[in-house]
Amino acid sequence: MIQHVDNPIIEVHDLTVSYDKKPVLWNVDFTIPAGALVGIIGPNGAGKSTLIKAVMGLLPLSSGYTELFGQKLNDVRKRVSYVPQRESVDWDFPASVMDIALMGRYGQRGLFNRITAEDRSIARQALEQVHMLEFANRQIGQLSGGQQQRVFLARALAQQADLYFMDEPFAGVDAATEGAIIELLKELKSQGKTILVVHHDLQSAAEYFDWIVLLNTRLVASGPVKEVLTPTLLQETYGGKLSLLAQVGDIASSIGVGTRE
Amino acid sequence: MDAFWIILTGSLVALNGALLGSFLLLRRMSLVGDAISHAVLPGIVVAYLFTASLTSPFLLVGAALTGLATTWIIETLNQKARLQHDAAIGLTFTLLFAIGVILVATFAGQIDLDMDCVLYGEIAYVPLDTITLASGLDMGPKQVWTLGSVFVGLIILLVTGYRGLSLTTFDAGYAAALGFNTSFWHYALMGAVSLSTVAAFESVGAILVVAFLVGPAATAFLLTRSLKWMLLIASAVGIASAISGYYLALWLDGSISGAMALMTGVIFAVAFVWQMVAKRQ
Amino acid sequence: MNSLSQFLSLSDANVRYVVIGCVLLGISSGLMGVYTLLRKRALIGDAIAHAVLPGICIAFMLSGVRNTWVLFAGAVVTGSLAVYLVDLITSRSRLKPDAATALVLSVFFGAGILLLTIIQSSGNAAQSGLDKFLFGKAAAMLPEDLWLFGVVLCLVVTVLLSGYKEFKLLAFDKGYAQSQGIPVKALEMVLSTLTVLTVATGIQAVGVVLMSSLLIAPAAASRYWTHRLSGMLVLSAIMATLGAYIGAFISYTKPGMPTGPWIVVVLSCITLASMLLAPNQGVLARYLQRRKHRNKILQENILKAFFHLGEKKNNQALAFEMEVLRQQRDMPVARLKSGLRQLVRHGSLLDTNEGYQLTRSGLEAATRVVRLHRLWELYLSRHLNIAPDHVHEDAEGIEHLITPELERELELLLDSPGIDPHDSQIPYTQKDRNR
Repeated sequence: MIQHVDNPIIEVHDLTVSYDKKPVLWNVDFTIPAGALVGIIGPNGAGKSTLIKAVMGLLPLSSGYTELFGQKLNDVRKRVSYVPQRESVDWDFPASVMDIALMGRYGQRGLFNRITAEDRSIARQALEQVHMLEFANRQIGQLSGGQQQRVFLARALAQQADLYFMDEPFAGVDAATEGAIIELLKELKSQGKTILVVHHDLQSAAEYFDWIVLLNTRLVASGPVKEVLTPTLLQETYGGKLSLLAQVGDIASSIGVGTRE
Repeated sequence: MDAFWIILTGSLVALNGALLGSFLLLRRMSLVGDAISHAVLPGIVVAYLFTASLTSPFLLVGAALTGLATTWIIETLNQKARLQHDAAIGLTFTLLFAIGVILVATFAGQIDLDMDCVLYGEIAYVPLDTITLASGLDMGPKQVWTLGSVFVGLIILLVTGYRGLSLTTFDAGYAAALGFNTSFWHYALMGAVSLSTVAAFESVGAILVVAFLVGPAATAFLLTRSLKWMLLIASAVGIASAISGYYLALWLDGSISGAMALMTGVIFAVAFVWQMVAKRQ
Repeated sequence: MNSLSQFLSLSDANVRYVVIGCVLLGISSGLMGVYTLLRKRALIGDAIAHAVLPGICIAFMLSGVRNTWVLFAGAVVTGSLAVYLVDLITSRSRLKPDAATALVLSVFFGAGILLLTIIQSSGNAAQSGLDKFLFGKAAAMLPEDLWLFGVVLCLVVTVLLSGYKEFKLLAFDKGYAQSQGIPVKALEMVLSTLTVLTVATGIQAVGVVLMSSLLIAPAAASRYWTHRLSGMLVLSAIMATLGAYIGAFISYTKPGMPTGPWIVVVLSCITLASMLLAPNQGVLARYLQRRKHRNKILQENILKAFFHLGEKKNNQALAFEMEVLRQQRDMPVARLKSGLRQLVRHGSLLDTNEGYQLTRSGLEAATRVVRLHRLWELYLSRHLNIAPDHVHEDAEGIEHLITPELERELELLLDSPGIDPHDSQIPYTQKDRNR
């Protein structure tokens, strides 16, 4: 069940990504319609984060390409926003909540132009949207996990992008934050934005998203939620890795050549 | 007047170290700074053999390139030869430093570079080596001018590159997603560290360079949670260490750079105890 | 050669002390280095080495004599204090271990330099030689130094041997060791203490700045040759001995050459050579393996071209010119020529007047590659839901990687299929069928 769409906002074409020459994403090929709220779902180590990192150009690709808005990433960077995993940064970094939200404006302003009053008001607005404005001057090391996640979201909102990639925004956050975040995502969607979310709770997936990408090293399915969240496809996704793929990957890695040479 | 020049020299080294050290600390690269400050030795010796002067700009640049090469070697050993990171650091700087010592021993006749001076410098002699203009006007010690230019360059780097440096330090992945060139900022920082290390070498030696790269930044990190304040506090702590270190050395009749390094530790200790007490309340 | 035989026979008492001393130190640090390396604390040795200096100075100031054992005691005290402080700062503040290490290192060393200059300016006659600690004083080793080094080495060996299993667990998996009820904290303390003892003796050979090399280089080198702890320990000790011996010899042949830096250079060269040359993990071995595989790809691609040409003509016994092959599969002429030569040499091709022709074994090999290609395409489309027009590229790479075992697994999984997703035959030779 891999449903392709016309005029996709994201096109991932035959994408293979390897760590240490061993493929962790294998020939992944799908398209996403504009305005969708997409859940990327799969077991641990399925390559979910790798997928969005690869789309964001943060990892070298072994093969394939991706297009956003029908163009290369570099031409549309200002329209794309990325929310990394919360654990990927050191929260002891000396910065306030406002400092982080303002980082969202760096990309729009370029390196040397001054941050303007307008930028500040956009950042403040973004913090307001995630209910963190009252903490604007709080140091980020003193925030709870859920609050840290909201700050990351505010930073992404401040970019005023059209397309959002979010890496596990619900990991380790309290129920209230999770609810607030999903409300926010739905609001973004209603404004016509497209959002991709790495997620690993099956229970909530049907309720949160309208498009699902099932992933386990290879693409299992991509399509509207009702057609994808079926017992057969879920069994295929969570039924373990394909042993042949893993074995071939190990051979490629031990020879040090990758699968694409 | 000598005291003034010595303290000014120490303070300039302290300022350069505090500003760069803050970023090194946040990037968990304090030990790379330590490694660079030792590994530039062979670069200094070789450049010295060519230029026959310790203050020539060529020497500065040549030796600074050694510093950049050091970071590159560390990363290559780590990635290509799969040597764990701390071992790569230790292997690289000890080898380069050993080569430097051997070069000094080999060219002992041609090179006026005392090994003790390499470690703890001759800051007391700084006021003796002055620049005198053709008109006979005394412009003050050469070292102060060198370090001063490095400091000015550093301020320019920080003002123009503050966003690039801070964002790539805090969240390299996000920075890259915004289109920032993370390895450019990495090497810009490492280049600045190498340059300021080499500039400080003659006056204060490797050990004070390391002390000023780590101590003030670590103290400031404990005292504030704002990057701008961290840079300011680190600078202030650096200057305070330079001043108090000078008088401590005067009082005990010992090495000035040693005393300044010790003072960065004393000030850190005070801050450390203070934050422990503060946490308990 | 006179100097070499003189050196090797250790007939000169001075040479004897230097060599024996350096070797004893080398072995201790080679052994302890394995544990600091495996515990990812390779640079703690650097911190200890720098922190030892103020201890030596204080011991001298208090006792007023330059006695090996007294200075050693002072060194051990401040060295241990440094380890303790690094742990304290890391656990009680937001500072990370690397910053804490660098901080302790530079401040202790600064204090040491300050004390050293105070001693020097106080004009105490006995101080001569104290500053030799900065760069080592191998050439000035005394019999009592050797005794100290021997005692430390014996201690290191005894403790490491008696707690071998426990230390091994600690080094490889601390969490598991803890769960097994092993007193992790106490053992870590023992290891730290042994490291301090080793460093405090080691700086006498190579000095403060270069000491960490003695801990890191031999241990890192041994890691490239073996994964077993016992193997690492033995190799590391051997390499350290070798490095100390050769380094001491080089500095012996050239007057004025410092011993410590030469030991470090030799040890580093051994490590770099291990990185390059070690089987399996060495850079060279991995490069050769990759090259071998690239050659295999080249040969198999040429064979495949033959198979496809023959398939079109329905006759695998035809001979083809190079130009025809290049039309079937475009590749650089030089590469193609070299590949053809290799295949002729291996007996897979015949170089006839009409061109190149597959031999029987060549046909078998060609059939196998094409079969693997088509099997993999089928696998991708059946089990990975990949569209038939997207499977070719991947199969181009994988066909060269599949082992006979994997091939059987594929066939079993696909239930010995006849045709691939593009409706081409999955080819078998007579020999394959007889299997």
